[in-house]
Amino acid sequence: MKNFRGEPIPENPAPLVESHVGVRFSPSNGTLGRGMADTTETDRGNRREAGVSAPGLRDWFVREVLPLESALMQFLRRSSQSRAEADDLRQEVYMRVCEVARREIPDPARPFVFAVARNLLIDRARREKIVSIEAVADLGALDIVADEPEPDRAVIARQELRRLQAALDRLPNRCRQAVTLRKIEGLSYREIANRMGIAEDTVSKHLREGMSVLADALHSEPREERERS
Amino acid sequence: MMGAQETRMDLNAQAVNARAAAWLERQERGALSPEDQSEFDAWLEESFAHQTAYWRLAEAWNRADRLRVLATAEDAATEAASRWTRGLRIAAVLGIAAVIGAGALRYLQVTRTETYTTPIGAREFLTLADGSQITLNTDTSLRITADQRKVWLDKGEAYFQIKHDARHPFVVMIGERRVTDLGTSFFIRRDYGRIEVALLQGAARFGSKDESRKSESLLLKPGDEVTATADSMSVSRKAVEDLADALGWRHGVLVFKHTTLAAAAAEFNRYNRERLVVDDSETAKLTISGTFPANDLNPFTEVVQSVFRLRVARTGNEVVLSRR
Repeated sequence: MKNFRGEPIPENPAPLVESHVGVRFSPSNGTLGRGMADTTETDRGNRREAGVSAPGLRDWFVREVLPLESALMQFLRRSSQSRAEADDLRQEVYMRVCEVARREIPDPARPFVFAVARNLLIDRARREKIVSIEAVADLGALDIVADEPEPDRAVIARQELRRLQAALDRLPNRCRQAVTLRKIEGLSYREIANRMGIAEDTVSKHLREGMSVLADALHSEPREERERS
Repeated sequence: MMGAQETRMDLNAQAVNARAAAWLERQERGALSPEDQSEFDAWLEESFAHQTAYWRLAEAWNRADRLRVLATAEDAATEAASRWTRGLRIAAVLGIAAVIGAGALRYLQVTRTETYTTPIGAREFLTLADGSQITLNTDTSLRITADQRKVWLDKGEAYFQIKHDARHPFVVMIGERRVTDLGTSFFIRRDYGRIEVALLQGAARFGSKDESRKSESLLLKPGDEVTATADSMSVSRKAVEDLADALGWRHGVLVFKHTTLAAAAAEFNRYNRERLVVDDSETAKLTISGTFPANDLNPFTEVVQSVFRLRVARTGNEVVLSRR
């Protein structure tokens, strides 16, 4: 088994992992590391404040974290009552991840991101004083997901077109038309408005909706780990 | 940025996403004003929730650019490579012989005419006294009579938006053919012995230069595209929108829809001194869709290079596309 950089992943990873940012987490035995909130507070004093540039953080986030969203969302949805709740959890994971990464980029990203998700769910369970059987079971599932090898990036790229097309098909008619005219035909707002017989502000509205749906389709939707033949 | 954990959980992801989409869409529409830019920067600074929501949307929106070319790349793989380019989707071949007409309307030819030409890569817009407009495409030459109701398209391509005047019809002569306006927007291209006339609005009559042969002429409706050579003529009906795409040159762009690379290269070569050459027949058959600047080969070659994995080699005045 190899990770995305082609490095071998050990069969039985060490039970306790010390990440580069000093956050302890355990990928396999369920031991709770120090919570992220604690870590960020205590570590702030003895770390370089401006460790990672803003563009550097964005690059890393887009390159390393966003590709995990599909796996992360599968997991967060199982732990949520609603789609909106899962989205809130995702947002919270991303915030916590970036708060750490802005001082030093966690490498590799995958176990770190899933550790953050795990800690978040544990925080939530504590706060709500409700721990459902599913939630506990899913913490185990998370460990498995976190240990999975990265899917081949070339495969992801090839799937991307299908995902984009599926997303486009899912858009409401007028919205799809506006996105198509903009993205595929490269028309200006005015030209789109004329072509569709609508106001330019309505073009804006359609495109905003299109942006959200495309982002969900591209990042969040379950990914086929293997290509269909 | 470091608010208490509990309050941060109250940040509604849906609302943050909507705000991020609003910002991204405003940038899509045009550059932000300095005030908007600082408001946007401040909003981003407020929270990693804002930043990550924005990054996430922007990344997807940028990657969606691939739709336009990859969709075609897949088409090319699955569909038969037997498509023809613009102007050759022939619905009916009418086979009207062109006979040189002698003497018709000769009186117009003795009036003083003016000649307008454009070099390769240029365009020119002419407005006539009555408000009619003529746009000259690259490498085009046309003459207009002093009364401005008759034009000879000697070379190249032009787009005509004509104010109709029933008593003084507007006539375009193209070699042995003529187009008579009946209240119209149309464009005409003359290329290596072939003439294409496409009608976007109104009506026009296409026929022989010889006006006495009116019975053999053809009344064009919007969407009609005529392709004529010296001894043949065909008409196809297209969506007006598709015809309008062929007018992308008026904005300095070329619009391709399932166009073979061979045909696309031929189009680019009308606008550039640098020649785009497709090296082998397999490559020539690949089809592409998209909008590209007419006067710059680079965006196009970058796309075909990455989508079709072609080799792009520059030698002297030529840019050669070939299989790896």
